Amino acid sequence: MSRNPVSKDEADTIVLRPARGWAGLRLRDLWKYRELIYFLTWRDIKVRYKQALLGVAWAVLQPILTMVIFSVILGYLLNVPTDNGVPYPVFSFVALLPWQLFASALQRTSASLVGNANLLTKVYFPRLVIPVSAVGAGLVDFAISFLVLIGLMLFYKIQPTWNILWLPLLVLLALLTAIAVGLWLSALNVQYRDVQHMVPFVIQAWFYASPVVYSSSIIPSAKWQLVYALNPMAGVIQGFRWALLGTQAPDASLAVSSAVVLVLLVSGLFFFKRMERTFADIV
Amino acid sequence: MSNVAIRVEDLGKRYRIGALAQRNDTLRDQLVDFGGRLVRRLARRADPSEQAASTLWALRHVSFEVERGQVLGVIGRNGAGKSTLLKILSRITDPTEGTVTIRGRVGSLLEVGTGFHPELTGRENIYLNGAILGMKRSEIDRKFDEIVAFSEVEQFIDTPVKRYSSGMYLRLAFAVAAHLEPEILVVDEVLAVGDAEFQKKCLGKMGDVAQQGRTVLFVSHNMSAILRLTQETIVLDKGRLVMRAASPEAVDYYLSAGHARAGERLWEADEIPAEAAPFQPIALRLRDRRGAVVDTVRSVEPFTVEVEYRLTAPVTGLRVGVYLYTGRGEPVFTSFDTDEPAMFERHTDRPAGHYLSRCVVPADLLNQGRYTLGVNASSYHIRRYFEDDQALDFNVDPAGAPGMHWAENRQGVVRPRLDWQIERLA
Repeated sequence: MSRNPVSKDEADTIVLRPARGWAGLRLRDLWKYRELIYFLTWRDIKVRYKQALLGVAWAVLQPILTMVIFSVILGYLLNVPTDNGVPYPVFSFVALLPWQLFASALQRTSASLVGNANLLTKVYFPRLVIPVSAVGAGLVDFAISFLVLIGLMLFYKIQPTWNILWLPLLVLLALLTAIAVGLWLSALNVQYRDVQHMVPFVIQAWFYASPVVYSSSIIPSAKWQLVYALNPMAGVIQGFRWALLGTQAPDASLAVSSAVVLVLLVSGLFFFKRMERTFADIV
Repeated sequence: MSNVAIRVEDLGKRYRIGALAQRNDTLRDQLVDFGGRLVRRLARRADPSEQAASTLWALRHVSFEVERGQVLGVIGRNGAGKSTLLKILSRITDPTEGTVTIRGRVGSLLEVGTGFHPELTGRENIYLNGAILGMKRSEIDRKFDEIVAFSEVEQFIDTPVKRYSSGMYLRLAFAVAAHLEPEILVVDEVLAVGDAEFQKKCLGKMGDVAQQGRTVLFVSHNMSAILRLTQETIVLDKGRLVMRAASPEAVDYYLSAGHARAGERLWEADEIPAEAAPFQPIALRLRDRRGAVVDTVRSVEPFTVEVEYRLTAPVTGLRVGVYLYTGRGEPVFTSFDTDEPAMFERHTDRPAGHYLSRCVVPADLLNQGRYTLGVNASSYHIRRYFEDDQALDFNVDPAGAPGMHWAENRQGVVRPRLDWQIERLA
């Protein structure tokens, strides 16, 4: 019973007619359905950690093992330089945190509509609820990994800077990037299932295009730095290193990154809105 | 005017058959298809009939109004447009033409248990499902105990629902849905499932809803439920509204006129959904003891049910079978051609070809009345190729049946000839 929770004082009359052209975004609807977003996110988290021990253990192990592999191969064997001589394990782990948050959010978002097809064809609610609620679940993994990072920084006796206060905004930027791209991919995935085969590859390519295992200072000139910042994750990761390890501030790149995210997000929203009316018919 | 809760004006919904028949699921298909479509599009401009042929109006020129507090029944054969109508009214899909004006909050119940997650407990699923159906958290908190009590699963409320029996699962799902309080309620066939007792409980709850003066749109194949719950009913046929009348009259019309096919149901190519391939139904027939195709069989004689079909490709694990329902939609039995293990072994792989699966329904089984046959072709747990649960209607004539020398109506679906003994003990 998709009871439409429009409060009584608002107009209760709904007129349904064929939609044509570009629809308004109606983001206010999303706010009205905030509880549903909460419950769907909660469901994802709950289901993920249902087999408790194993679930939490993986959240810790995955980034640590990745970090160890990178540290041995890239840090020790290939001697990849880091910023300000930060030990390679910390250097890569700080970048892995936002990266994995982003990658898992993107993966889940792009599969979200198809994964929730049964909801799409049975109940009405703003379709945006689905990709948006797919993003949040990764935050728990992130929080757990963050504890590991604190341990790592204590071990290497690295003091974070006061810029750590910017971290929430950087996390938000990473999530918005995932939503923005996820909106495009999830809507396309409804029609073309190729997308789900494409996503792992996109994420992998994106990984190498982001300064996770290397320092962004290897990009030659300031001009190219800005081009590099077209990848929003470059700005986010630089920001993380700056806030936690006190490396060079990412001012200009972060501005470029934010602008790119904004463009992707707004265009993604409109594209999604345009596609959403056929979801139930073709999913 | 202000008393109208739902106004539907000239409503139409068109589906592209092309999109169903050859869904371009992958980019590759789409690319391969691109050239072909380009050519066709040019050709289509010259021949407008082709565009008409590639689309299907699931609903067209439908207009009606529902007054506040009215309970309106919606009946029609499969594919008549009932589900499409409900989907439009509950905002799941957009109309292609026409408008719908709805005054009041709509709650639609197209399937119970939508969004239930097997790993979550009953308690967790109540909250999740409630939120999906549009309830506020505070509202769920308030009604929680009532929902649990209605569902009768108190003991298992903290057990993951994957451990529930299907009956418990269903009761819990319905309990959540039943505690929503929309002003307009749209209900689809949720009562077709569950045991008889629970169905009764659901019907009772639906009756309560109606009594509270809320507007209800009730779609069902269960004619007795329609008669019990609604005063007025609309009949849909091939996407058109063909009748709106007092429910007994509409049900009569539907049962007779809508179904008049003398003992045989033939499927035209355009009636077979593309998903059915490689199964192609041709006919469902009823034959009496002499082999004549009939629409009335005798209770005291065996009769034959046959399904004729074609397989355009070999199928493994196929079972073709029939459902039997009473005229009021209550199930009587389900039977498949490979129900016997030996038959299943012999026919595990069915090569492409033209087939007839037939069975004999024994004498002295069915009581007098009207029955409906359905067809199902599937591979167990793998795929359902084709299903039509209202393919053919027929009558059972009681002449000669046990007890006919008393002019009374015998209750019950079956009318067996039982071997009575009378002994004098003293």
